[in-house]
Amino acid sequence: MNNIIKRFIPQILAILFVVLIFGFLTLNAQTNMDNRGIDFGFGFLSQESSFDVQFSLIEYSGSDSYARAFLVGLLNTLLVSFISIILCTILGVIIGVARLSSNYLIKNTAAWYVEFFRNIPLLLQIFFWYYAALRALPMPEKANAWFGVTYMTVKGYYIPAMVWENLNVFLYCGFAAIIAIILLRNYANKLRDIQGKQIPVLLYSIGLLIVLPILSFLFGGVSLEFEIPELKKLSKISYIYEGGISLPPELIALVLALSLYTSTFVAECVRAGIEGVSKGQKEAAASVGLTHNQVLKLVIMPQALRIIIPPTTNQYLNLTKNSSLAAAIAYPDLVLVFAGTALMQTGKAIEIVSITMLTYLTISLTIAAIMNWYNKKIEIKEK
Amino acid sequence: MQKINFLKPNRDNIKNYSIIGSFLVLVSLIDVMSNAFLKINLTSFLPSSLTILFPLIIGLIGLNMMRIDYSGNKTLDLLNKNINTNNFNALLTLLILFSIIKALPQSLSWMIFDATISGDSKDACTGTGACWTYIKVWFRRFMYGMYPNEFHWRINTAFILVIALGFVGYFMKENLKKYLALYYVIIYPVIAYLVIYYLISGGSFGLQWVETGAWGGLSLTFIVSFFCLIFCFPLGMIFALGRRSNLPAIKYISICYIEFWRGVPLITVLFMSSVMFPMFLPEDFFMDKLVRVIIAITLFEAAYCAEVIRGGLQSLPRGQYDAAKSLGMGYWKMHIFVILPQALKLVIPGIANTFLALVKDTPLIFVVGLAELAGMLALAKTNPKWLGFAMEGYIFASIVFWIICYAMSKYSYNLEAKYKTER
Repeated sequence: MNNIIKRFIPQILAILFVVLIFGFLTLNAQTNMDNRGIDFGFGFLSQESSFDVQFSLIEYSGSDSYARAFLVGLLNTLLVSFISIILCTILGVIIGVARLSSNYLIKNTAAWYVEFFRNIPLLLQIFFWYYAALRALPMPEKANAWFGVTYMTVKGYYIPAMVWENLNVFLYCGFAAIIAIILLRNYANKLRDIQGKQIPVLLYSIGLLIVLPILSFLFGGVSLEFEIPELKKLSKISYIYEGGISLPPELIALVLALSLYTSTFVAECVRAGIEGVSKGQKEAAASVGLTHNQVLKLVIMPQALRIIIPPTTNQYLNLTKNSSLAAAIAYPDLVLVFAGTALMQTGKAIEIVSITMLTYLTISLTIAAIMNWYNKKIEIKEK
Repeated sequence: MQKINFLKPNRDNIKNYSIIGSFLVLVSLIDVMSNAFLKINLTSFLPSSLTILFPLIIGLIGLNMMRIDYSGNKTLDLLNKNINTNNFNALLTLLILFSIIKALPQSLSWMIFDATISGDSKDACTGTGACWTYIKVWFRRFMYGMYPNEFHWRINTAFILVIALGFVGYFMKENLKKYLALYYVIIYPVIAYLVIYYLISGGSFGLQWVETGAWGGLSLTFIVSFFCLIFCFPLGMIFALGRRSNLPAIKYISICYIEFWRGVPLITVLFMSSVMFPMFLPEDFFMDKLVRVIIAITLFEAAYCAEVIRGGLQSLPRGQYDAAKSLGMGYWKMHIFVILPQALKLVIPGIANTFLALVKDTPLIFVVGLAELAGMLALAKTNPKWLGFAMEGYIFASIVFWIICYAMSKYSYNLEAKYKTER
């Protein structure tokens, strides 16, 4: 009896406490909204948004609904996160490996890189790139071509656009190549288990990835043309590039800051992972007669990745959440488009802020769930 | 037949080789330096495509000639071991050296030699370098925001008092030491709050009232991160214990809380505090914007704190729990006297890291209109008298934050090392 009371009283109190807080807040919200004549509801999502977004991946204009504005923002957030994740991984791996180099200069340069970019607040870095560094770029008419066809100007980065014909055939070929590679891998594994033969899978895979798409160009009727940006005079002093794709400076500043900042954390994860594999593993593998590359591929990397991947995914999540700082330099991401402009116009503070938070929460929890599943899968199964 | 080893030294001829090698490396460095500092191109007689590669090739050959497993010469061995183990490493070494030499004169002349610091208006900045006059003139604004100039002593005094009170724990008498935790968790925050309220806000004791809207600059960063730290720590402790509890209701409430705050970006939390939170308060109840922001960041950071503390709780061996229980201790007694003192000691570095993240997050309060350092920079940048000095401003702010954060991260690293050895 005593035990039951001990177990249940605190739980009931805790639940009561939570219910009371929520009840109190809802009650207040109710009276506040009644007083101000606001009604709660998500009907506004289908209304016409009547504001414009300067940069969007899908067709969007002021006559579209708020729901579509939300989608535009979400896609922009995902775009900037996606690019930054790729860049920060490349940079992070390079820096992380460099920190373990035997070369004094490389080791210390990498260490200072990490210390430097890690200890400056991300917001300041974004501001620095956007307001200071990118503003120093030339005007469109004075820009020099980079790699001949791309132009870095104060109004953004102009790159050639790809104009595809029969893109679907090309994509099918790509898919076919990937499926073929998976089959080949399975076959190679089987062959190794049964006969002990090794096939250079990587070489064949790269070959497949190159040959199949080339075949699609030769026989599938696929063609690719580049639309190169060209300078156009708008008025006496104002020039602009037309054609191609223009990446706005906000996007560039954001990608630069996010990937430089996050790459330091990724580098630390990579370093910890490689250091975490004990030296004995390497020596044991070498003494079995594996070559240096085989040691890396079959012994070191699988163990290091097990340590590296979970914290790195965490960093990717942080990056995605940090991409919301875009609002500070007016890159139209989820926060700016939806929690900024749309909120300002509709006044639906509660609904809009909750939708925004729930969206981020969904992204985070989904990735966290996948990570947990993955961790369980790669866990060392001890007997 | 002896293998021809051109460019490959052995122990006999290493002296000649190392002299020739270091001469070549020196030539390549001098070439780059003269290019960077004096703008003289020593190799203009070569075709232009070779001019860029020339120092690299010469340097590589030089380094290659100096490379030997063991020479007996200490300096040479040290050099070879550290920067010259193979061709790839030598290449990277040269590239790093060259880029440092190339970047140095430009940045030095911009930051120091051509820079201006005299005068007190934009007109003083006529040089091609940085305009530190801008920083000098705006310095007080960057530090104290729009707080009236004649009252800055109040902020300074308040900070000194708060820091001094923080050190009281060190000088406590032995018989009072048992109240240390009580002091830091409950008494200190209250006193600190009162000090900051009465000194910085004013309004009584003959001090003029200064609105929180006028607070700003770096001091606001300190105020916000200080309060968030001292409030988020106890809150985080509660949720960490809650998550480890075996009472399902409490456990799941804590999990929901932690996962919710960890899943959303801080900027949306700040948006919530500024546009959504007022809707949830009673009608005639007004809460200051700064207080709302501090509450929001505290709730947010408490979730991260909770996870750090939970890590500490989990790393304690089970035996500690069992031992405490076998002595007949109840839940609270066990945690207060046995578990938490050990666990908290373990998580000090983790807490320091959380605090570091917190300090780096404070510039975000700029998005809800509180002008701390980043906000003041944005204000100064758009001031018509001082247009065009964004670069100087952001470099200054970056240096300030870098020093603070670097010192903190080094400190937390030291703590980590200290507590590691004690176990």
